[in-house]
Amino acid sequence: MPEAIKQTSAEPMILMEGVHKWYGQFHVLKDINLSVQQGERIVLCGPSGSGKSTAIRCLNRLEEHQQGRIIIDGTELTHDLKHIEAVRREVGMVFQHFNLFPHLTVLQNCTLAPMWVRKMPKREAEEVAMHYLERVRIPEQAHKYPGQLSGGQQQRVAIARALCMKPKIMLFDEPTSALDPEMVKEVLDTMVGLAEDGMTMLCVTHEMGFARTVANRVIFLDKGEIVEQNEPNAFFTNPQNERTKLFLSQIIH
Amino acid sequence: MQTHTFKPDLPPPALSVGVVGWLRANLFSSWFNTLLTLFAAYLVWLIIPPLIQWALIDADWTGTTRADCTSGGACWVFVQQRFGQFMYGFYPTELRWRVDLTLWLAVIGAAPLFIPQMPRKAIYGLVFLVVYPLLAYWLLHGGFFGLTTVSTSRWGGLMLTLVIAAVGIAGALPLGIVLALGRRSDMPAIRVICVTFIEFWRGVPLITVLFMSSVMLPLFLPEGLSFDKLVRALIGVILFQSAYIAEVVRGGLQAIPKGQYEAAAAMGLGYWRMMGLVILPQALKLVIPGIVNTFIALFKDTSLVIIIGLFDLLNSIKQATTDPAWLGMATEGYVFAALIFWIFCFGMSRYSQHLERKLDTGHKR
Repeated sequence: MPEAIKQTSAEPMILMEGVHKWYGQFHVLKDINLSVQQGERIVLCGPSGSGKSTAIRCLNRLEEHQQGRIIIDGTELTHDLKHIEAVRREVGMVFQHFNLFPHLTVLQNCTLAPMWVRKMPKREAEEVAMHYLERVRIPEQAHKYPGQLSGGQQQRVAIARALCMKPKIMLFDEPTSALDPEMVKEVLDTMVGLAEDGMTMLCVTHEMGFARTVANRVIFLDKGEIVEQNEPNAFFTNPQNERTKLFLSQIIH
Repeated sequence: MQTHTFKPDLPPPALSVGVVGWLRANLFSSWFNTLLTLFAAYLVWLIIPPLIQWALIDADWTGTTRADCTSGGACWVFVQQRFGQFMYGFYPTELRWRVDLTLWLAVIGAAPLFIPQMPRKAIYGLVFLVVYPLLAYWLLHGGFFGLTTVSTSRWGGLMLTLVIAAVGIAGALPLGIVLALGRRSDMPAIRVICVTFIEFWRGVPLITVLFMSSVMLPLFLPEGLSFDKLVRALIGVILFQSAYIAEVVRGGLQAIPKGQYEAAAAMGLGYWRMMGLVILPQALKLVIPGIVNTFIALFKDTSLVIIIGLFDLLNSIKQATTDPAWLGMATEGYVFAALIFWIFCFGMSRYSQHLERKLDTGHKR
């Protein structure tokens, strides 16, 4: 946290300027402008199909934007593969369906990218992996395969796997939506811990409790546009926009 | 506060498990099933005892000529007398140790790959894959480093069958994987090339490919330029089978969820590392049955080289049955050929099942 405050005046970690995206004829993102400082924690919410997942998937080029500029930590995302891979090295992502590699053990899942992308020696990569597996509190599962773990455990491994690359930014795409209710808390606790350490985070989530406790800013998207953004307290207690009010009244929080 | 007491686990009813349970469930579950079981048993009784009678009990095992076969059963003397030809074709008798040595080197060289604790297995495997073919070529063909040349026209029998199958498999698998990746590539030019290649080779019968390579190709080549008939057949087999492998592998690639590609990409793994470390290991594991199916078909298809006058196992046996001294031995010869082919194909099948079990990490996504 203190580190984050020190650098807030510097250039933003994430900068989206007039970003547009289409799927065929369908205009998914309309003129998205967003600036995220180091250490900021952003929650994106909105109805299904609002473009919130697409928006964060543009940040590591899993989706390609067609207009506007996206600059991650000083590197602009263009067709240049070198830039894309450079950005992906610094941006960790956690998916709704975990996407662990089922043919590798938990430990191998965590060491794969550090060894092959960062060229870290195996021993060092394993130390780093064990460190983060301890952080997400499942070091004892290191030699199991993902298929042998519960959903909550798999998602915590996925978080550890992303952290092993020592990313500057973490993206979460509905990390708790595919979990059994009993397992949501363990994943959220891990994410809260990460936030407390000052990680720059963007989360697409419907966990409004998490948004209240952790986020600096909540962004509400609808039909591909940023409808409203505010700090969480004001966002939840005093929404400025009709659409936001309707959305908040329809979700349980 | 109340505490719930859980009921203890009970054993299943006795008649539903064990041998009796299995028989009831699989052989006698209904009157129709019982009828089928009895009918099948009758068929087995009709076929098996006479076969054993012919092949084992009444058979002649020792002797040197046809005249030694007197008992009316199978005349295995024929196979015994021609065994060398069946195994080595016309390979010079005094040089057959080179073939044996090649086989032993393959067995000994590959053995460490089957030891689970072997360190640096991948590197050893790669070195083996590069060194062994060169060594095998030197031993089988010779012509340098002190070994006399044995031209491929003298190769034959099981040895030739194994050479074609091994080279075919070793060549078709990597080429097929590359073609499968190419067919799913984002680059239109590469995709078109791969689709054209695959559809072309899948669209022609292997026998045509072999015939073309042997008869037509020399007509188009400039005067004086010709290369070995076996090499041409090998290239034909590799190109042909790689198209099939490509389609099998493509099936596996398509079965891998999109999330796996995205997770690999999001970590910054480039295309080749994503494919090599994440996608292909999973895709190939999924299609082991299909790949081995293709290999088994390839192994049996090697006998088609008869059309271009190569003497593989089957052709060697066919040749031997036309020998006036051994007329009427066709049944024994072909039964022997079938047995050899069956042993190899069944071996491949069992190994693939073992591999599937070994690689199963206990979950389907």
